[in-house]
Amino acid sequence: MENLKKELKEKIIENLNLEDIEVADIGDDDVLFGDGLGLDSIDALELIVMLDKDYGIKLTDPKEGKSIFQSINTMAKYISENKN
Amino acid sequence: MNKGVAITGMGIISSIGNTLEENFQSLIDKKPGISKIKKIDTIHKDVIKVGEVDIDNAALIQFLNLPESNNYSRTALLAEIAAKEAVKNAKIKDINQYKTGLISATSVGGMDKTEKYYYSYFEENKNRKYIDAHSLGDATSKIASSLGITDFVTTISTACSSATNAIMLGARMIKSGKLDRVIVGGADCLSKFTINGFKTLMILSETDCKPFDENRTGLNLGEAAAFLVLESDSVVARENKEVLAYISGYANANDAFHQTASSENGEGATLAMKKALDIANLSPNDIDYINAHGTATPNNDSSESKAILRVFENNMPSFSSTKGYTGHTLAAAGAIEAVYSILALQNDMVFPNLNFNTPISETKLIPETEVLKKNINHVLSNSFGFGGNCSTLIFSKKY
Amino acid sequence: MHNKFYIQSYCHIKNNQLRLNGDVIFEDRLNENLKDFLKSAYKSQTIKYSKFFKMDSLSKTSFLAAEIILKNTTLENENSTIAIVFSNNAASLDTDRKFQESINDVDNFYPSPAVFVYTLPNIGIGEISIRHQLKSENAFFVFENYNAGFHQNYENILLQNNNSDAVLAGWVNVDGENYDAFVYMISKKGILEHTKENLIKLYKE
Repeated sequence: MENLKKELKEKIIENLNLEDIEVADIGDDDVLFGDGLGLDSIDALELIVMLDKDYGIKLTDPKEGKSIFQSINTMAKYISENKN
Repeated sequence: MNKGVAITGMGIISSIGNTLEENFQSLIDKKPGISKIKKIDTIHKDVIKVGEVDIDNAALIQFLNLPESNNYSRTALLAEIAAKEAVKNAKIKDINQYKTGLISATSVGGMDKTEKYYYSYFEENKNRKYIDAHSLGDATSKIASSLGITDFVTTISTACSSATNAIMLGARMIKSGKLDRVIVGGADCLSKFTINGFKTLMILSETDCKPFDENRTGLNLGEAAAFLVLESDSVVARENKEVLAYISGYANANDAFHQTASSENGEGATLAMKKALDIANLSPNDIDYINAHGTATPNNDSSESKAILRVFENNMPSFSSTKGYTGHTLAAAGAIEAVYSILALQNDMVFPNLNFNTPISETKLIPETEVLKKNINHVLSNSFGFGGNCSTLIFSKKY
Repeated sequence: MHNKFYIQSYCHIKNNQLRLNGDVIFEDRLNENLKDFLKSAYKSQTIKYSKFFKMDSLSKTSFLAAEIILKNTTLENENSTIAIVFSNNAASLDTDRKFQESINDVDNFYPSPAVFVYTLPNIGIGEISIRHQLKSENAFFVFENYNAGFHQNYENILLQNNNSDAVLAGWVNVDGENYDAFVYMISKKGILEHTKENLIKLYKE
């Protein structure tokens, strides 16, 4: 799980072009959207693509993303439970 | 009221008709042009619904009498057909008799050909003629060439408000005396590029779109082209032209909120509508019908509803989105909806908002769902594009 | 009523340089490619706007040019409205190619929403508007080359009709590693009269 969390942080930084952020800057429980890391709706869509591309999980309803992408912890939990 | 700029001709081709008459008939018959996609081989063809023009490229080419060596993209084919219909409708005999311009709009350009042939360009010569057809300016220059327009030619590309902005610029150029006559409008064809792009933004509906409905799930993409001919008062007088309607107001503002989503309170939309009313020297209660942008995305319809309420408050006119008929035709939307706005004025009719059942709970607005006959003097038409580009036109009856 | 308008400030982004009113304010001889040049240029201007890195090259270039102009231009009053009128030749072709790449391979088919958002030439104007909260009129034109006559006329009309107090205008073209930006501010005061000849002269500098 720890490896997955680190991997997620690296992917988020790369896929979402978070230039000023390092892996160490993202806490496992940090809020990713809104005031936290400041991600927006387009970032959420990119994460949906990432779930499909890298983990084989297809999300059809963008609203599901809200709870899944709350933090690194919630993402890692979801992926390990649903990975194909 | 400010008199405005005269419209003396129009031409249109869309999924609800290949001519002006056919489009009008479909509108009053409540016959939409939304279906599964037929002419593009996309992986999404069994899933999405679109507003596809019911003629294939070979037939369009034949209709325009183009040689086999032509390199017209589908956007250019649709555009030229509509532009020619507009010029004929305006009874123009000699295009060079007056200083004439062409302002066209597109977002797709020749992408339909490029996405099909791009990799073959490396291998063989056969389709390389389409390389030149890719640029956004290509359809415009082809129309200019076919019609013989040389005085002023340009292309506008501001996403879904493109054609509205083209019409606005044309009106300004007539008003300022820079041109005596101008053909304005836009065209966009369907392409895998746009289908996949909108799909990945998760704003496409898998069913017939439901503008302003509480349970709307997204838009249907469409393809179309439409053009208007605008002429100065002196040309109208000299040629004894029949005026179809006037463009009395126009405005553009930026929402300054997000690249693709509209602000919650529809700031840009509100500014554009208010400014257009100012230019037209009209009050909100002078507007008889709003042809809304109404794409049926959760975001637009909510934002636009709020903006409409902010501007019109207790003077809510009849309103509808005609995208339930044609789908969202992107850069052409402002132009086809201008044509529908003018038809509304000419026929004293409000065209229905199809597929509506439940008002949006937050705003409770109810669009017209049947063809409504009423006296219409002024129509307001909205088109809002990605990049926060919000534009509004006001059309007024000739008197 | 024909008022005179002036070019208040102008900026060039080309040949790995940022130039303001003719003077080089930043030069990067190390980074060959556009993406890295834009990054170092951004850093040189001490702009704190991490969303910059999500933009495509065309929007980044438009954004940078606007930043330089707006930071170095004082308008008559704080609430001045600024319209934006940009143009180019390639539209959003540079980004269109990138998006096409994400949907080309049937076996590796992952259209990117973040890339698709930028496949329109006017999104850069949107980014500038969001950053500086500019809600005034904005337009994007496609021409073969920078059309000084058209721009001069268009900007004058906007200013004459009191549509806005100032106009941020110019040419921002990006196509692969070829880029050329010439952006300027027109208002009632400035260093050079707003004529077609002066625009052409400055463009060629």
